[in-house]
Amino acid sequence: MTSLQLLWFILIGVLFSGFFFLEGFDFGVGMLVKSFAKTSDERDVVIKTIGPHWDGNEVWLITAGGAMFASFPMWYATLFSGFYLVLFLILAALIFRGVSFEFRANMKTDTWRNFWEWAATIGSFCAAFLFGMLFTAMIAGMPIDKNGDMTAHFGDYVNLFSIVGGVAVTVLCLVHGLNFMRLKTTGSLRDRALAWNKILYPVLFAGEVVFAILLFFSTDFFAKKPMTTTAIVVALVIFTVLAYWGVLGNHEWLSFIGSGLSLISVVVLIFNGLFPRVMIANNPANSLLIKNSSNSPYTLHLMTILTFSILPIVLIYFIWSYWVFYKRLASPKQSA
Amino acid sequence: MLNLGLDILGLARFQFGMTTVFHFFFVPFSIGLAFVVAVMETMYAIKGDKDYKKMAQFWGKMFLYSFAVGVVTGIIQEFQFGMNWSEYSRFMGDIFGAPLAIEALAAFFLESTFIGMWMFTWDRFNKWVHTLFIWLVMFGSSLSALWILAANSFMQNPLGYIINQKTGHVQMVSFGKVVGNPQLWNEFPHVIFGAFVTAAFVIAGCSAWRLLKKDHVTFYRKSLNVALVIGLIFSLGSIASGDLQTRYLINNQPMKFAAMEGLYKNSTNKGEWAAVSGFDTKQHKTTWSVDVPYVLNLLSFHKTTGTVKGMNQVNKDMHAKYDKKFGSDMNYYVPTKTLFWSFRIMAGAGALFALLAIVGLIFNRKRSQLIMKQRWFLYILGLCLWLPFVVNTAGWFVTEFGRYPWIVYGLLTIADAVSPNVSVASLLTTNIVYFAMFAIMGLIMIILCHRTLKAGPDAENTDGYSAGDTKELDPYSKGAFNHD
Repeated sequence: MTSLQLLWFILIGVLFSGFFFLEGFDFGVGMLVKSFAKTSDERDVVIKTIGPHWDGNEVWLITAGGAMFASFPMWYATLFSGFYLVLFLILAALIFRGVSFEFRANMKTDTWRNFWEWAATIGSFCAAFLFGMLFTAMIAGMPIDKNGDMTAHFGDYVNLFSIVGGVAVTVLCLVHGLNFMRLKTTGSLRDRALAWNKILYPVLFAGEVVFAILLFFSTDFFAKKPMTTTAIVVALVIFTVLAYWGVLGNHEWLSFIGSGLSLISVVVLIFNGLFPRVMIANNPANSLLIKNSSNSPYTLHLMTILTFSILPIVLIYFIWSYWVFYKRLASPKQSA
Repeated sequence: MLNLGLDILGLARFQFGMTTVFHFFFVPFSIGLAFVVAVMETMYAIKGDKDYKKMAQFWGKMFLYSFAVGVVTGIIQEFQFGMNWSEYSRFMGDIFGAPLAIEALAAFFLESTFIGMWMFTWDRFNKWVHTLFIWLVMFGSSLSALWILAANSFMQNPLGYIINQKTGHVQMVSFGKVVGNPQLWNEFPHVIFGAFVTAAFVIAGCSAWRLLKKDHVTFYRKSLNVALVIGLIFSLGSIASGDLQTRYLINNQPMKFAAMEGLYKNSTNKGEWAAVSGFDTKQHKTTWSVDVPYVLNLLSFHKTTGTVKGMNQVNKDMHAKYDKKFGSDMNYYVPTKTLFWSFRIMAGAGALFALLAIVGLIFNRKRSQLIMKQRWFLYILGLCLWLPFVVNTAGWFVTEFGRYPWIVYGLLTIADAVSPNVSVASLLTTNIVYFAMFAIMGLIMIILCHRTLKAGPDAENTDGYSAGDTKELDPYSKGAFNHD
C-alpha cells in the first residue's frame, strides 16, 4: 500500500463523513415535513431551513462517488453493481425527495401538495435507512468472486444486523435534523424539536447498544482491531451523550455538533474496520484491498494535486453560504 | 423466468440511453437558461430597467425547475456506471474517474451553492453581486459539461493512455492529452452553443404564445429580443462548430461519418450528396436517393473535389485492423438510418433556428408592430420551442450510436463493459420504474412551466410559500427574522 492509496482511502472517508454530517440533518429535516410540522406554514419553514443547502449537501455524495471512481474503481464497480437494488431504491428516494421541495411549492391543490410532502418525508426516511442498511451489510461481508463481482441475495443485505444498522442511522439523522431545527427556527417549531429529541435520544441509545452488540457478532471488527473499534464505539456513545446533555440543558450548538460527530463516528468506525480492505468478501481471499483496487500512481498523484487546490476554495464558499443564511426562520403567521 | 428475448446488454443499453436522453433534456436547458437569465440580469444591472429584473426572475423560475430535475437525474447517471457497467468502470476508472471527480469538486459545488444564494437573496445583496451569483452558476454548469465531455471524448477518441499489461485496463499517462483531446474541443463548444440555442428558443417560443394572446406585450417582446439575439449568435456558432466536429470525423471515425451521410460505397470525385435516401441495412446498400452533386465535397472538405470512404470500405478496414484482437465475427456497421436522419434533423434545425432568429429580429424591431401582425410567424416560433429537445437528442444519437460497437473506441466493446452480476429481472424492474419516474417528472415540468407562463411575470413568487397565505414574505428578508 502506498501513501497515496492510504490518503485516498482516508479522503473518501472524509467525503462520506461530510456527506453524513450535512445530508444527515438534511434527511432529518425532510423526515419532519409530515407529522412534526403541523400546518402548511410550518412545513414551509421546515423546508426553507434546508432550501438553499440540500442541493449542495447532496454534492458531497456525488463527490464521494466520483472520488471513489477516480481513486478505487474496483471498489466503485463492485460496490455499485453488487448493491444494485439497494442503490436503485436510494436513487428513487433521493429523486423523489429532491424534486419534492421545488414541486410542492408550485402545486395548486392540497392533494398534490400533500403528495409531495409525503414524497419528501418518505424519501428522506428511506434514503437514510437504506444508506445505513447498505453500509452495515457491506461491513458484514458479502459473497464476492475472484473477479470482484458480488452476487448478493436478499438475505445477504436484509437481515437483523443491517436492519438495526439502517434504523440506527435513520434515528441519528432524525435527531440531527431536529437539532438543526432547534438552531434554525423559533417559537413552537423550536420548542417542539427540543421536546421530540427528549423522547428520541433514549431510543437512539438503545439502538446504539444493540448495534454495538450485533457489530461484535456479525463483523470481524472487534476481533481484528479490538482497541480502535472499542474506542470509536465509545466515542460514538460519548458524542451522543453530549448531544443529549445539550437537549436536557437546552444547549443548541452542543446538541447539533454532538449529533453531527456521532454520524461521523459511524463513518470512521466503518472505515477503520474496513482497513486495509475496501470490500469484505465472505471468503477472505476475495476481499478487495486498498493496495490492489486503486488507480495508477499517476492518476492518484494528479487527483491529489487537483483536490488539494480546489477543495479549500470550495470549503470557503460552502461555509460562507451557510453563514449568509445563518439566521433563524419564522413563518409569516407566527408571532415574533 | 419468462423468456422475453431480453438480455442484460440490451436492457443496460436501453437504460443508459433513456437516462441520458432524459437527463439531457434538462442539462442544456439549464445551462442555457442560466446564461440567458445572467444576460438579462446583467442588463438590469447596467440599465437599471426593472423589466429586465422581472425577466430574470420570471425565466429564472423555469431554470430552477429544470435544475432540480437535472440534478436528480444526474445522480442516476453517475451511479449507473458502477451499477450497470462495472466492467467498464474497472477498465476506464483510471481515465474516467478523474474528470468525474473534478466535475463534482469544481463544478457541482459551485453551481449548487450559488444557485441557493441566487434563489434566496434577491433583496439582500447589491445587484452586481447578485448578478455575479448567476454567472457563477452558469460558469459552474458549463464547467461540468466540459469535464463530462472530456470523459466522453476519451471514449470517442482515446488519447494519453497506455494499456496496463497486467490488468488489461487503460492507464492514464498524460492528463494534458486527455484534456487537450481535439475531439473535446470540437464537442464542447457545440454542446454549449446548443444549450444556449435551446434556452433561447424555448423562451422565444413561450413569449410567442403569450404575444398571440396579447399578454404583457412589452415584457414578452423584450424577452423575445434577448432570446433571438442569443439564438442567432449561437445557432450560427452551433453550425460552425458542428461543421468542425463533423469534418474531424472523416479521418477519426470514418464509419460514423459515412453513416451520417448514408454512404455505403466510397464517394466519387463528383461529391454526390444524398439529401434524402432509402437503405437496405441487411444488404448494406442504398436503395434510392436524391443526390446533389459537389455538396458532399463542399461539406467535407470545403472544396469541390475529394472522396470519402463508404461504410463497406470502412468495415473492411476495421476488420483488418481489429480482427486479431476482437475476432472476425464483429459487426462494425452502425445503425445507418438513425445516424443519417438524426444528422439531417440536427443540421436542418440549425439552419431553421438561424433563419427564425433573423426574421424574428426584423419583425420585432423597436418601433415596428410587425411581430404582432405576423401571427403565422408567432405560431411557428411557438411550435419550435419543442424542437431544440429533439435536436439535442438527435445530436447524441449521432455521437453515441455512431460509436457502436465500441464503448471505448477501438479498445473495449459495449458487450464487454456490462455488469456481469446484475440480473435481467433487476434491470427490467429498474427500467420500468425509471421510465415511469421520468414520465412523471417530465409531465410535471411541462405543467409547471405552462402554469408559470400562464400566471405571468407579475405573479407573486410562490416559491416555498403556500398560495393561500395572506402575506407572502421572503424568508430571508429582514422582516422574517426573529432576533434573539
